[in-house]
Amino acid sequence: MLHLLWLIPAFPLASFVVLATLGKRMPRKMVPVFGAGSIGLSAVVTSLVGFSFLTSPPPGNSFTQVLWTWIDVGGFRPDIAFYLDALSLVMVLVVTFVGFLIHFYSAEYMGEDEGYSRFFAYMNLFVASMCTLLLGANLLLLFLGWEGVGVCSYLLIGFWYRKPENGLAARKAFIVTRVGDTAMTLGLFLLFDKLGTLNIQDLMHQALVQWPVGSTLPVVAGLLLLGGAVGKSAQLPLQTWLPDAMAGPTPTSALIHAATMVTAGVYLIARTHVLFSIAPQAQLAVAIVGAATLILAGFSAITQSDIKRVLAYSTVSQIGYMFLALGVGAWSAAIFHFMTHAFFKALLFLGAGVIIESLHHEQDIFKMGGLRKEMPVAFWTFLAGACSLAGLPLITAGFYSKGLIIWDTWSSTRGSSVLWVAAVLGVLLTSLYTFRLIFLVFFGEMKTKVHKRPGFAMMMPCVVLAVLSVVGGFVDTPEFLGNIHSFSDFMHLALPPITERPLRGMTEIGSEALVTLVFLIGLGVSYLLFIKRRDLAEAITAPAIAKALHRFWYTDWGMDWLYERVFVRPIVWIARVDKSDFIDYIYSGIALITELLYHGVRRTENGRMRWYAAGIAAGSIIFLTIVLFL
Amino acid sequence: MASVPMHQGLLLAGILFSLGLVGLLVRRNVIFMLMSLEIMLNAAGLAFVVAGARWGQADGQIVFLFILTMAAAEVSVGLALVLQIYRRFKTLDSDAVSEMRG
Amino acid sequence: MEVVFYIAAIVAIISTVLAITRLNAVHALLYLIVSLLSVAIVFFVIGAPFMAALEVIIYAGAIMVLFVFVVMMLNLGKKATDMEKQWQRGGMWVGPSILAAVLIAEVAYLVSSPATAVYGSTVIEPKQVGIVLFGPYLIGVELASMLLLGALVGAYHLGRRTPEKTEK
Repeated sequence: MLHLLWLIPAFPLASFVVLATLGKRMPRKMVPVFGAGSIGLSAVVTSLVGFSFLTSPPPGNSFTQVLWTWIDVGGFRPDIAFYLDALSLVMVLVVTFVGFLIHFYSAEYMGEDEGYSRFFAYMNLFVASMCTLLLGANLLLLFLGWEGVGVCSYLLIGFWYRKPENGLAARKAFIVTRVGDTAMTLGLFLLFDKLGTLNIQDLMHQALVQWPVGSTLPVVAGLLLLGGAVGKSAQLPLQTWLPDAMAGPTPTSALIHAATMVTAGVYLIARTHVLFSIAPQAQLAVAIVGAATLILAGFSAITQSDIKRVLAYSTVSQIGYMFLALGVGAWSAAIFHFMTHAFFKALLFLGAGVIIESLHHEQDIFKMGGLRKEMPVAFWTFLAGACSLAGLPLITAGFYSKGLIIWDTWSSTRGSSVLWVAAVLGVLLTSLYTFRLIFLVFFGEMKTKVHKRPGFAMMMPCVVLAVLSVVGGFVDTPEFLGNIHSFSDFMHLALPPITERPLRGMTEIGSEALVTLVFLIGLGVSYLLFIKRRDLAEAITAPAIAKALHRFWYTDWGMDWLYERVFVRPIVWIARVDKSDFIDYIYSGIALITELLYHGVRRTENGRMRWYAAGIAAGSIIFLTIVLFL
Repeated sequence: MASVPMHQGLLLAGILFSLGLVGLLVRRNVIFMLMSLEIMLNAAGLAFVVAGARWGQADGQIVFLFILTMAAAEVSVGLALVLQIYRRFKTLDSDAVSEMRG
Repeated sequence: MEVVFYIAAIVAIISTVLAITRLNAVHALLYLIVSLLSVAIVFFVIGAPFMAALEVIIYAGAIMVLFVFVVMMLNLGKKATDMEKQWQRGGMWVGPSILAAVLIAEVAYLVSSPATAVYGSTVIEPKQVGIVLFGPYLIGVELASMLLLGALVGAYHLGRRTPEKTEK
């Protein structure tokens, strides 16, 4: 069964080719059959492979499938090869299943759009690239998938390309992630230069053998890879592209900018965890980036008014949790949170798509309200996702995954109390903005009439994901709540467990209780502000300082403003100043000479046969002369 | 048979060829241009035969035969074109028929 | 026999010069025929009697007759001669003459190698030509026949009188 591995990216790729070439000519009903069907097939193959992996584990708990040699030049010999272990299996499973649900949803959501087949073609290409990224056995193939998902992200953000601001958002996403990708490319060069291979497993082995813990090279390599991960996963300081990326269709936001692509950075760091464990400084940087991002993005999320932007900042914040987990060495906790996050965030985006579609494409949460009675299914599924995001204790997946991260932050040797405080503060923020969203959208009075109700194809994925958002956490529970470790145990086939430090004054149950308390505070505050005492909320934002702060957070801590002044304007200025330097004269000179020649040669083209004959004769004589006398 | 230095024959071919070239370039009448072409082809054939005779081989003569064939084909088509041109333009002036402009 | 070669060469050159300078097409054709006949004599002198015969029969015979037919069909007359006179201005001859002079000079330079190869001592019989022609050059013969066929069809197509209505 494991030999079917190559089919996972092959199905979506084939479907992409079909849709890209024949999409316009095939009947509309056939488009989702290819688009969603191929992902469904991929999901089935992934389940088969996963089943086989679980029932009869391959030797070493990993399986490599070499298809062919990609490049063979001067000792550089990367293969087109797929590598399957517990880590990539979980990631691919989530990507294909959530991807299938989102494709299913899109069949209805995008049904009226003129770019129907184009949308599915891009989405299929995305899934193919994502699977390549996850399964690639060497960093170069991983990088191919990495860039492939970047291109698809660009194409889908700018999907409605007739609006200039969508194109702008797409370009921003592409260029900002490019900054990270440049760092990552440098990291790849460094790794290949020093260790002589790009095959991930060999690379990790070599790094362990050649580099002592804490030496400079692994730190530099780790930081460069972190740069790539930060760009792709929208972490500080490159997070500015993700909120603008919400210009794309909502299923795109759900699939690419919430569930899968933005977690590629998490995967990259987890994949190269050996490198980070011998570079404690780089790993600490990962943790700091994660902690800082989760708090900053949390504050930004509280102030947003666009439903999709709230979710976007929440995505940034939740990926911050994953980075924090990676940074403290809680590898499996990060992947656990990735999985639950993929469920509930995809659900939240799909739910947001349902709401937006029902309300004449209204995205402002202050113009929504009272939808609880109007759209019960949407409400309950959205509520399930939101509770999971905020970490409603005991029954939601988010509680378990986030609780694990917070506990690991405390108990790991690489954790610290500062990081732990940041993580707990993040819970408060998450709870605040999540319930603010719920209360504003579903409670209160109705401000916009519902004009269209979603069909089966849109609600079914929401329901499935809602169930997963609730039960998805029961695969791994703390000691005092059943003590299930199946997910962690499975992940430990590929990723090492955390190293615990001697504990001081805190127990796991105490940590979870504190998280619960903080969650309840957030819930209570937002209930007070957005249901009970709306006037209080206005009173808080009334003073000038509060307004300024609100504005500051609303604009994402002024990051865009800062980057505009520090990077964009100087570069634009230099480009303008340097627009006509001397190199241009060479090219315009060539153009000028060509034009003059053209005017000269044009005169000889006068239609007189004897001129042509004379030209031939003169030319022959000149050549004869050259041959004779030179 | 006479023993003539080879370059005399080639020189004759060259002179005839050049005269044909002058005729081609100077005359405006299409018929004269065709005649000049014949002169040039004939001169080229002469050069082949001379060269073939130098080595005592028949190959030069064979090539002359081919040139002859080609000249016949060319003249028949060319003259048919002349007739057609005269019918359409009522003139044989090649410059007047200068529609072959790029 | 060397004298015969030189005489024939001189006749050929003079008659060619006259052929390209005549104003009347029929006169020019007659000079051209003379030129071709003298080249035939050259062929004979340098030991290619078969070629000499073909030159007379096909060039001076068939092809020139074709020219004469066309000239007669067009029936140009005196008006055409006057027009030719108008076209022939002195200045026109300068450029082509320079080109031709350079060409002749170069050919003369080319062939004036010190090693004066002598030839014409052996006659290549028609039989030899035939053996070579239908031996190694058989493909060429076939190609030539294709060419002639193409020319036949082409000349027929171009030469027929097209009805007025098909013209644009």
